[in-house]
Amino acid sequence: MTDLHAAYRFDTLVVGAANRTAVTAARAVAEAPGSTYNPLFIYSRPGLGKTHLLVAIGHAVRAVHPGAAVAYRTLDEFVEDYHGAVASGAVEAFRQRYAEQHVLLLDDVQLLGRRLEMHEELLRTIDTLQAAGRQVVLTSDRPPAEIESLDERLLRRVAGGLVIDIARPDFETQVAILRRKADERGVPFGSDVLEAVATLGIESVRELIGALNRLIAFQAVSEAPLDPEQARVLIGGPGAVAHADVTREPRPDRGRPGGGAPPAAIDEALAAKPAVVADRDEFGDFLSELASTLAQQVDPWRTRVGEAILRWEGEGFRTTVLDRLLEQEDPPDPDALLVQYEADAERLLEMQREVADLAPDMAGAAALSDPGNMAAAEAYLHRVRESAEPPPGPSPAWRLDELIEGAGNRMALRAAAVVAAEPGTRYNPLVIVGGAGAGKTHLLHGLGNALVATGLPRVACLSAHDFMQELIDAIDRDTVAAWRNRYRRCSALLLDDVHAIAGRERTQEELFLLYNIFAESGRQLAFTSAVPLAELSGVEPRLLTRLEGGLVVELPPPDRDLRLRVAERLLAARGLAEDGELTGYLASRPADSVRSAQGLVQRVLLAADAQQAAPSVQLARDLLEGAARPGRRSAPGRSTSLSSVHGPRSREKMVWHWPDLADCVIEEWR
Amino acid sequence: MSLVNFAAREITCKIVYYGPGRSGKTTNLQYIFGRVPEPRRGRMVSLATHGDRTLFFDFLPLDLGNISGFQTRFQLYTVPGQSYYNATRRLVLQGADGVVFVADSQARRFEENLESLQNLHENLLGQGVDVRQVPVVFQYNKQDLPPELVLDQAALDEALNFRAVPSFGADALHGAGVFETLKGVSELVLRRLAAGGVAAG
Repeated sequence: MTDLHAAYRFDTLVVGAANRTAVTAARAVAEAPGSTYNPLFIYSRPGLGKTHLLVAIGHAVRAVHPGAAVAYRTLDEFVEDYHGAVASGAVEAFRQRYAEQHVLLLDDVQLLGRRLEMHEELLRTIDTLQAAGRQVVLTSDRPPAEIESLDERLLRRVAGGLVIDIARPDFETQVAILRRKADERGVPFGSDVLEAVATLGIESVRELIGALNRLIAFQAVSEAPLDPEQARVLIGGPGAVAHADVTREPRPDRGRPGGGAPPAAIDEALAAKPAVVADRDEFGDFLSELASTLAQQVDPWRTRVGEAILRWEGEGFRTTVLDRLLEQEDPPDPDALLVQYEADAERLLEMQREVADLAPDMAGAAALSDPGNMAAAEAYLHRVRESAEPPPGPSPAWRLDELIEGAGNRMALRAAAVVAAEPGTRYNPLVIVGGAGAGKTHLLHGLGNALVATGLPRVACLSAHDFMQELIDAIDRDTVAAWRNRYRRCSALLLDDVHAIAGRERTQEELFLLYNIFAESGRQLAFTSAVPLAELSGVEPRLLTRLEGGLVVELPPPDRDLRLRVAERLLAARGLAEDGELTGYLASRPADSVRSAQGLVQRVLLAADAQQAAPSVQLARDLLEGAARPGRRSAPGRSTSLSSVHGPRSREKMVWHWPDLADCVIEEWR
Repeated sequence: MSLVNFAAREITCKIVYYGPGRSGKTTNLQYIFGRVPEPRRGRMVSLATHGDRTLFFDFLPLDLGNISGFQTRFQLYTVPGQSYYNATRRLVLQGADGVVFVADSQARRFEENLESLQNLHENLLGQGVDVRQVPVVFQYNKQDLPPELVLDQAALDEALNFRAVPSFGADALHGAGVFETLKGVSELVLRRLAAGGVAAG
C-alpha cells in the first residue's frame, strides 16, 4: 500500500473557517476510527487540502493506534490493484488485503464515474470494512450526488456517513498558509506582502503555494525585499490589476532599503498596469466579510446551532428541532433550546448505552435517536428495562435437603447434588422426567436454590409455560431482543415442564438459541418433563437431541420405602410419637406420586384434628378406604378441575387445589 | 445611536471618521460612495468651503441590505478637521459606535495628527466615554506619496497607535485601504454590539 506523505499531517495543516468543520470531523475519525463518521466523505474544489486532510487522518490514526493498518490509495491505484488481481486470478487476495485494513483512505473517488466495473468492488470493500467496524474515508472534487453514474447503493452508503466540504480559505487563512509555507521554506516575507497575495482572489491552496514559490524565486535573485505591489504584479491574478492601480501617476522610486532596483520584468509590469481602476467589487467583498463577521458576532447562536446539527447528525441523531430553529427569524431563546436539545441528546446517549447493555441489538432503535421526542425514548427505555429485568428465580420454598431420598429417586437427587456442586461441567443439561407430583418441580427449584447458594448470579428458574408467555409478551411489545438478553445474561437456566413447548415453534427456536449459548459457555441447563423424551412429540429434533444428550433421570412414582419415609417425616413434624403401625399402613396405601403420599398423611392428620383425637390406623382406614367412593372429588363446584393443557395432572392434584381446605375436610368427613 | 434590534432584525451603526483637517476623511467617504451600488447608498450630504474643507460634516447613509437576517444600515460621518469646529466635532461624535482616525502620513503633519488625536480623546471623555471602550481603528492616509515625505506605517503606529488597535495604510484618493479600514472598524463595532456594548455619548 502507498505510504503516507510525511508532510501531510494535522499539525502542518492551517485551519480556518473554510476547513474547520472538515478538520474537526477528520480528527474525530482519526481518534476513534469506525465509530464516529463512517464513511467520511470530504469534497472540495481541487487544491484546497483534501489529500492533506486524508493523509493527516492516516498519520493521526497511526499515532493514536500504533497497531492499526492504514491504507492510502488514490482511486487509480485502487483500480490498478483490482485489475492486477483479476489478471493474476488473485481477486480474493485483493479483497482480503483490503479487508485487513483498519482504515482505508481513498483519494479522488470522483474518477470512479468512468470505471463502472469498480462500483461493485468498492461497494463490497466499504461494506466489508464497515461490517468489521473499520473506517473508510473518501475524497472527491465534487459532492457524491454529482459523481457521474455513481451506483445508487454507493451513494446511499456515502450518505449514511458524513459528507463534508472544504471551502476556499478566507483571507486570514490564506495569509496564515502563506506565512507557514514561507517559514518552512526559510524565506520570510513581510506581512504586507503576504496579505497582498491573499487579496488576489487565488482559488486554491495549491495555487497559493505556487504563487509563493514565484515570490521565493524572485526574492532569490533580488537583493531588495519584495514589496506588496511587486508581489501583486509578479503573481498577477484577478486582484492584481485593481491593487496595482492605486497610484495613477508613475510610481516614484521610494528609495527602497538596500537600494536594489526591481528586475526589469517587474518594472515593465508596473509600467504596463492600466490607468483605470478595475471592476473589483470592493463593496461586495465588504458585504461578504461583514456577513461573516455578523454571523459570528451578532447571530452566534446560528453558528452554534449549525455546529450542533453537524455534530449530532454525525452521531446519528435527528435534528429536526434544530433545523426548525434555524428557519426562525427571531426565536425567543435559541440558546436555551440548544442547551435543552444537547441535554436531551446526551440523555439519549446514556439511554443508548443502557439499552446496549441490556439488549445490544436494540440500542440502534429510532426511538433513541430523536431528541425531539424524549417521551417516546423514555417509553422505549422503560419497555426495554421491563423486558430486561432478571428472569424469575427458584422459589425459596423448595430446597434440595427437604427432598426425601428413596431408592427410586436416589439417582435424580444425587445428580442434582452433583450439578449443584459443579454447575455446567458434569451433567449439562440435566433432564428430570417424571409424572405429576413426582417432585420434579421441587427438585428443579431445589437445584436452583442450591446454585444460588453457591454464589451463581441470576439463576433463571421458571415453568416453560411462563417462559413462553414472556416471549409472547415481548413479541407484543417489540422487546424480544431485550427479553433474549435478560436470559443470555443468566448463569443457569432451569425450565420446568419443558414438554409444554411442544408445538410452540417460536418458543422452541428461542430456547434452542439460548441452549446453544448456555452450553457453549459452560452454563448449567436443567429441565423437567412430565413426558418421557422419547414420547415427546411436537418438539424439534435439534432441540430434543440436545436434551437427550445430557443426563436424563427419572423420578418414578414413590415406592413403599419412600412412602414410609414421607409418612414418618410428616408425623414427626407434628410431634407425634412414632407409630409403626400407622406409618406402615399409610405406606401401604397406593400413591402415584410423593404429593399424593403426602396428601394421604395430611388428610389423616386433619381428620384427627377435627375429631380431636390422635391419628390412628383405624381412623386412617375409615377415612381413606371409606373415601375411595367414586365420584366424590369430582362433584361440581368442589374441585378446581384443573385442565391438563400443560401435561398430565394427577387425581391428587385436584384435591390439592381445593379452594378451602376446611371444605375438603368436611367433605371427606361426611 | 447604535441599534441592534433583535426583534425587528435591524442593525444600525454610526461610524465617525475623525482626524486633522485635510487628512482625507471626506475622500474616504467619497470613494466608498463611488463604489456602493446606487440603490444601496443614500444621498451624501456634504458641506464644504471653496477650499474643499468640511465646514460642517459629511454624512453617508449606507443600506447594506439583509445580512445574516439583519437589515443593516451604516451611517458614515466625518467631522470638520479644523480646530475651530470643535463644537461640531463633539456633536457628530455623539453616539458614535466606532471611530476611524484618519491620520495624514506626511511627516510635516505629524503634530496635527497628535493634536487631533488628543482632541478625540478629550471629546470622548467630555461625553463620559472611555476611549478604550470605543472601537477605534487608524488609517494612515497618503501612503502613496514619496517616501521621503511620509512616515511609514510602523512609525505612525509607534507614535499614535499606542493601544495597538488595527491600523491600515491607505491611499484614499485612489481607494487603497479604504474598504479595508471600513471592514476593520465594522468588525470591531459588530463585535462590540454583539457583546452588548454601548455607543459613545
